[in-house]
Amino acid sequence: MAKKPLLEFTDRGIYCAQGKFYIDPWKPVDDAVITHAHADHAYWGHKHYLAHHLSREVLLYRLGEINLQTVEYGETVLKNGVSISLYPAGHVIGSAQIRVEYKGEVWVVSGDYKVENDGISTPFEPVKCHHFISECTFGMPVYQWKPQVQTFNEINSWWRNNIDNGLATVIVGYSLGKAQRILQNLDLFNGKVYTHGVIENTNEALRRNGVLLNPTERITQESSKEEVRKGIIIAPPSSVGTPWMRKFQPYSFGYCSGWMAIRGAKRRRAADRGFVLSDHADWDGLISAIDATGCECVYLTHGYTATFSRYLSEIGFNAREVHTLYGGEEEDTSPQPSSEEREPETYDKSSSEVSPLGGDLEGEGGIS
Amino acid sequence: MKAFAQLFLSLDETNKTNEKVKVLKDYFNTVPDTDKMHMLALFTGRRPKRQINSTLVRNWAIEASHIPAWLFEESYHVVGDLAETMALLMPQSNASSSKTLTEWIAEINALNDKTEEEKKEWLMESWAMLDNQERFVFNKLLTGSFRVGVSQNLVIKALADISGLEPAVLTHRVMGSWLPETYQFSQLMEEQDAAANISRPYPFFLAYPIQETSEKQKTPAEVGIALGDAADWQAEWKWDGIRAQMIKRGAEIFIWSRGEDLATEKFPELHPFLNGLPDGTVIDGEILSFQNGLPMPFNVLQTRIGRKNLSKKILEESPVAVIAYDCLEYKGEDIRYKTQAERREILEHLQAETQYPEIFRISALIGFETWEQLGSIREQSRAMIAEGIMLKRKSAAYQVGRKRGDWWKWKIDPLSVDAVMIYAQKGHGRRADLYTDYTFAVWDGDKLVPFAKAYSGLTDAEINKVDYFIKRNTIEKFGPVRTVKPELVFEIGFEGINKSTRHKSGIALRFPRILRWRHDKPKEEADTLESLKALLGE
Repeated sequence: MAKKPLLEFTDRGIYCAQGKFYIDPWKPVDDAVITHAHADHAYWGHKHYLAHHLSREVLLYRLGEINLQTVEYGETVLKNGVSISLYPAGHVIGSAQIRVEYKGEVWVVSGDYKVENDGISTPFEPVKCHHFISECTFGMPVYQWKPQVQTFNEINSWWRNNIDNGLATVIVGYSLGKAQRILQNLDLFNGKVYTHGVIENTNEALRRNGVLLNPTERITQESSKEEVRKGIIIAPPSSVGTPWMRKFQPYSFGYCSGWMAIRGAKRRRAADRGFVLSDHADWDGLISAIDATGCECVYLTHGYTATFSRYLSEIGFNAREVHTLYGGEEEDTSPQPSSEEREPETYDKSSSEVSPLGGDLEGEGGIS
Repeated sequence: MKAFAQLFLSLDETNKTNEKVKVLKDYFNTVPDTDKMHMLALFTGRRPKRQINSTLVRNWAIEASHIPAWLFEESYHVVGDLAETMALLMPQSNASSSKTLTEWIAEINALNDKTEEEKKEWLMESWAMLDNQERFVFNKLLTGSFRVGVSQNLVIKALADISGLEPAVLTHRVMGSWLPETYQFSQLMEEQDAAANISRPYPFFLAYPIQETSEKQKTPAEVGIALGDAADWQAEWKWDGIRAQMIKRGAEIFIWSRGEDLATEKFPELHPFLNGLPDGTVIDGEILSFQNGLPMPFNVLQTRIGRKNLSKKILEESPVAVIAYDCLEYKGEDIRYKTQAERREILEHLQAETQYPEIFRISALIGFETWEQLGSIREQSRAMIAEGIMLKRKSAAYQVGRKRGDWWKWKIDPLSVDAVMIYAQKGHGRRADLYTDYTFAVWDGDKLVPFAKAYSGLTDAEINKVDYFIKRNTIEKFGPVRTVKPELVFEIGFEGINKSTRHKSGIALRFPRILRWRHDKPKEEADTLESLKALLGE
């Protein structure tokens, strides 16, 4: 009789039958282990949540009153003989890979990850395992990131230029992860940093969690437009083209995303400037991360799964596309309505419609 | 090349017209004159001759990128632009070339008599000398797909700002055939045009549509309110052929299509009448296929456009003639400033003199007293094999480009059917990595038969939704093409329908496009092949 795999792909999420828990399930379950707090990985409605300490306040802010247990990286939690431990994924603050071990067999679920140290998320750590379940949002060789310092040099000089030309500066990135990464790398000698309310709420949640962030000022009805126009505004994708943004005219607006690597994608978003900045691993990053696990088998859940698994197979990996569950290749390369747009001030429970994990719909999905 | 690569980057970095013009001016103000002319040639669609065929460029790029060929192809479908794909896939580089655009183009042109080996060596060395952004524009030069997202009008505007010359004058000076190697920037900028070339056409004057969306038709009363007294207007049929400008100067003749292609040799039937015109004459008109004195549908003409050699058979099956609309030059004088009515008189006079009235036809004026009357005449357009009616203000000069005000096209409603999407393919440019090119089918019994492809007509938001559907409802993949679960129904509009032996459905459509997404219709209620064929009117 074929042995049942330790983790399996079900219509609720990744399931461990032995430990009776799910990882990043998108339908309500009893016991959920959460890789990170983005809306397409952390759904509302589970009876119990397990996540990293640094995801605590953001999860509570986004999901309201939930039964949440948090742990440190490397700490072990036992469920019915299955040991669960979290390792840094480097995707956003508090993001984790989930290591699951039972009778010597080790599986790792990557969630979303990047290998570059962004200076604010705990850096990615490769974890040895037999089976690796990986994302591949940017699993095409055309996606190769430059070191972030180059991109931030571009961003800071663009900001200075705007000041010289009398333009306000609006920089767009999703509210958990990209916004803080931008914030920590802005040249504060240029001016002050102002934030859209959605982003400031996340900042506040992170600060409650003990994360040290550069000073920001929330934009409110009382904010002086003239002062705000002298600084830089960090705004979520959902605010692009809204009256809220238009009131800062004339402005130059920059969009930060991995998709900006392609001219066509940039033109589609009609941003003044597209900055190539992603919280996902690029082509080389994915291959090196997978290689470092020493895994026997890699399962590709979302991104360019078909192309990437074919290439991995050709260079000697045992790679599989997880078709049925995550919907196939290029799942979220299209600018779907980002979950950012489903991110109201208080979490709207009715909005947790069933959507496949679909990778980082939240961040990289972009503006539709 | 650095300056040219930076020009591209800077143009990409803004969406604002004024800033683009500023970027173009900065470029013109910093590079040598020869570079200016090369840039102008490229931005007005005059690309250098392709010296290495694109398959070879592609193969060598694959080699330089160290990836398998299939992965290169997949990447190309994601990026949607060959030059960009190649630049993205090559290893990062920090080299930079100080050669000018002129020098690079000269090197490319010098490849003409080189062996394949030599070409490869040159190309590999060149790539190694350039940084990633330079490689991108260099690849564009090589592969000749020079769509830059900047209209010719913007380039002209930048030049006009620099020189103080009128944009219309400059538009005229960059028309026709000229080479950046011989046309000097100083000639382009002269107060008085001394460089005029006898083959140079005038910029075409283009009409604005009366109804800009096909959904809402304007009534004759609304047309009357907008255009005023019917007596101020001249009406003609809007013919569906090839708009062309025909020139007789210095005992030579030239035929230009609207796309600024010199097409003199493609239409030998027109040569006798053109040679018979007085020297210094330019005529604007439409080239159509005729049979027994009647215009034939566009698809008849289409069969001979693509041919390299015009066989006797083709000339017999699809003989062409001209329906003349206007006269732009008479006795060597540019008469575009004269009124429509005055130019019409000259045109009628020229036509009356010709010995070839069967070939040099004149666009008949439609007599009408009221807009209502014209509205009902317009209903006969399809029977006339016309696309609708053209309206020209009798007092108007012949202008440059598409301008509102004096020339209007009042087209008839397109024909339409409801069809099911069955195949999809990714688009290019700003639609890269999105499924935007669709094939549509109608029912033939219980089978769906493909009959048309359409690319345009949906909003960006709709495209995103359709793309989302396609990615989740793919039945099969054939290279870049996906077979999609037949479910989505669209209303497809088209200007004409003809029999075709080349298509499985047995019909070919003229200008098919998506009119709207029929969310309300299940696929079972899409139209049938039978109902489409009924439109053939046989």
